[in-house]
Amino acid sequence: MSRAALLVLADGRFPAGGHAHSGGVEAAVRAGRVTAAADLAEFCRGRLHTTGLVSAALAAAAALGTDPVALDAAADARTPAPALRTAARRLGRQLMRAARATWPSPELDALARAFPKGAHQPVVLGLTARSAGLEPQDAAYCAAYESVGGPATAAVRLLGLDPFDATGVLARLAPELDRVADRAVEAAREVRDEGRLDALPAASAPLLELTAQAHAGWPVRLFAS
Amino acid sequence: MRTTSGVRATARVHARRDGRGGTCLPVLDGEGPLAPRRTRGTGDEARVTLVGAMSGPLGGDRLTVETEVGEGARLRVGSAAATIALPGQTKEEARYDVRITVADDGELRWLPEQLISAGGSDLYVTTRADLAPGARLVLREEQVLGRAGEEPGRLTSRLTVRIGGGCVLDQELSCGPGAPGGWDGPAVLAGHRAVGQVVVVHPRYGERMPEARMLGEGAAVLPLAGPAVLVTALAPDALCLRRLLDEALAVLERD
Amino acid sequence: MHLDHTHSGPAAVSADAHRPDGTRRALRVGLGGPVGSGKTATVAALCRALRDELSLAVVTNDIYTREDAEFLLREAVLPPERIAAVETGACPHTAIRDDISANLEAVEDLEDEVGPLDLILVESGGDNLTATFSKGLVDAQIFVIDVAGGDDIPRKGGPGVATADLLVVNKTDLAPYVGSDLARMAADAEAQRGELPVVLQSLRQEAGVRDVADWVRGRLAAWAA
Repeated sequence: MSRAALLVLADGRFPAGGHAHSGGVEAAVRAGRVTAAADLAEFCRGRLHTTGLVSAALAAAAALGTDPVALDAAADARTPAPALRTAARRLGRQLMRAARATWPSPELDALARAFPKGAHQPVVLGLTARSAGLEPQDAAYCAAYESVGGPATAAVRLLGLDPFDATGVLARLAPELDRVADRAVEAAREVRDEGRLDALPAASAPLLELTAQAHAGWPVRLFAS
Repeated sequence: MRTTSGVRATARVHARRDGRGGTCLPVLDGEGPLAPRRTRGTGDEARVTLVGAMSGPLGGDRLTVETEVGEGARLRVGSAAATIALPGQTKEEARYDVRITVADDGELRWLPEQLISAGGSDLYVTTRADLAPGARLVLREEQVLGRAGEEPGRLTSRLTVRIGGGCVLDQELSCGPGAPGGWDGPAVLAGHRAVGQVVVVHPRYGERMPEARMLGEGAAVLPLAGPAVLVTALAPDALCLRRLLDEALAVLERD
Repeated sequence: MHLDHTHSGPAAVSADAHRPDGTRRALRVGLGGPVGSGKTATVAALCRALRDELSLAVVTNDIYTREDAEFLLREAVLPPERIAAVETGACPHTAIRDDISANLEAVEDLEDEVGPLDLILVESGGDNLTATFSKGLVDAQIFVIDVAGGDDIPRKGGPGVATADLLVVNKTDLAPYVGSDLARMAADAEAQRGELPVVLQSLRQEAGVRDVADWVRGRLAAWAA
């Protein structure tokens, strides 16, 4: 298989439902905590080192061949807000559909059967990368990038932010993305070598959890999460 | 004892059913800065207060508190005052590990005072609760970032709860100078200086989970994927935080 | 892992005409068109016209999450469990064309939960003249424009006007008031569309949605054949 599969998987146009999710930025915009590119940068940085790191490690571990059902339970334990668990499973189900159509594999079929309503998205992402012949590091990069790419795109739509500024935010996060992906892969190897799921990072962002739960109850909103 | 590399100290509290409808404490040991004292309990619940015999934890210290609640025993643990993480003589981080096990039909109410991360301190706290499927737990954790008007130290706090071996909660918060970027930004703390959690585990949640609900902007009751509930709260200061957590606990106990 | 689970999970191919258990799935008809042209009113009228003879359900794609769904619920055209709202992240055309995964999930869930269904109407949020449905999502699509939106729309064409399986020119009762030339609109539409049908309708007049309902019945007969 080819490394170029990573470009297909990481492409914002990959039809896996991400476009309808703001990664918490809609709630942050409403609360007045994100109003310009500088806040967006801090928002993305915080999300990258928390949710992003956890997602990247889950994805890398799934790509390495760790039991996805156990990883899904680990994802549940790291996602206390029910609204975020629901969103993660919906996105996992949507990604599963795209993945099975794109890189079919018996492992994906088995995971789809085990979770008809969707497994956590990063777990599906890791297994998708594995089915596409990609490396754990690729899966980690993909998950880490998604954790900031989604909010940046949503901020452009919500705030009318200059898209060049939003893209600049992402570009300047690159060195931190590298570090997060490295840490994620390191953790995933530890999980495999020592059989300890608690080697997976558990970094949390209290505001993302709180505001996601509040957002799910809004009667009017643009994004699903 | 305190050396240049810091103090190693362990406190142990074991609670057992005493056979007369109450709870006894066959083990109640302290060391160095950790001094558990039996205080007046209520009904069949024994009560222990952790009294800080020295200041700390300081850089390089390694403190452990092990609490074991046996079948049918009921224990409440509090502390006499807030714990303040302070800078030590060494540049090493301090560790504070809380290990909790509760057997079937045992109950632990773990309600210590706040942990305050003073400027220049560096502390890694882990709290791990291993519960039998029929165990009950109320566990409160409050972190205050900096004393009044002070920049916080470095604080990382990991909270893990297992029920019958299955992990239902694993959360780590890292903040202060040197923490991964964005910790005080709009996704994580956004300037809030007090952050807290209450975990409630009860076998009745196996039948019916409480609904998720917001308590204002700053706190939420979050049913977990297992028979447990997390209250998570953010506040400008320790007082507001305690008020939010008390309110949430009252809501949960009404349910 | 529950490898022996009987649920075989979502089909890998979205346009598959069969459900996982081998039965024929519902016919899916998309309704798109500019804002305010009367899509939701047409959906409501179709539901009233067809609900006694068919088992049907509706998926809405809103800009503001639940507004169209709420309208249908208020009008009580269908029981609430037959109406699902998809969040579109401010971009209905993305959700009906570029990344249809959330919509596919919604139609499958409706069939699982209230099915078997004969017909699912998928309504797009009001969007622009180029917004058409993916063939992976719907089997046929209706494009709804109205006389008040300007009688030059058929002449201008665009993918919706030119290629939709049915073009509906709505609110014909308003033509005298807004100075629209119905004959010219019909002629322009024919020039754009060749053999493809056009219906001129006013939901305020007695015939109401009759012609569109008949067209749907025809599609359904062909689908079930």
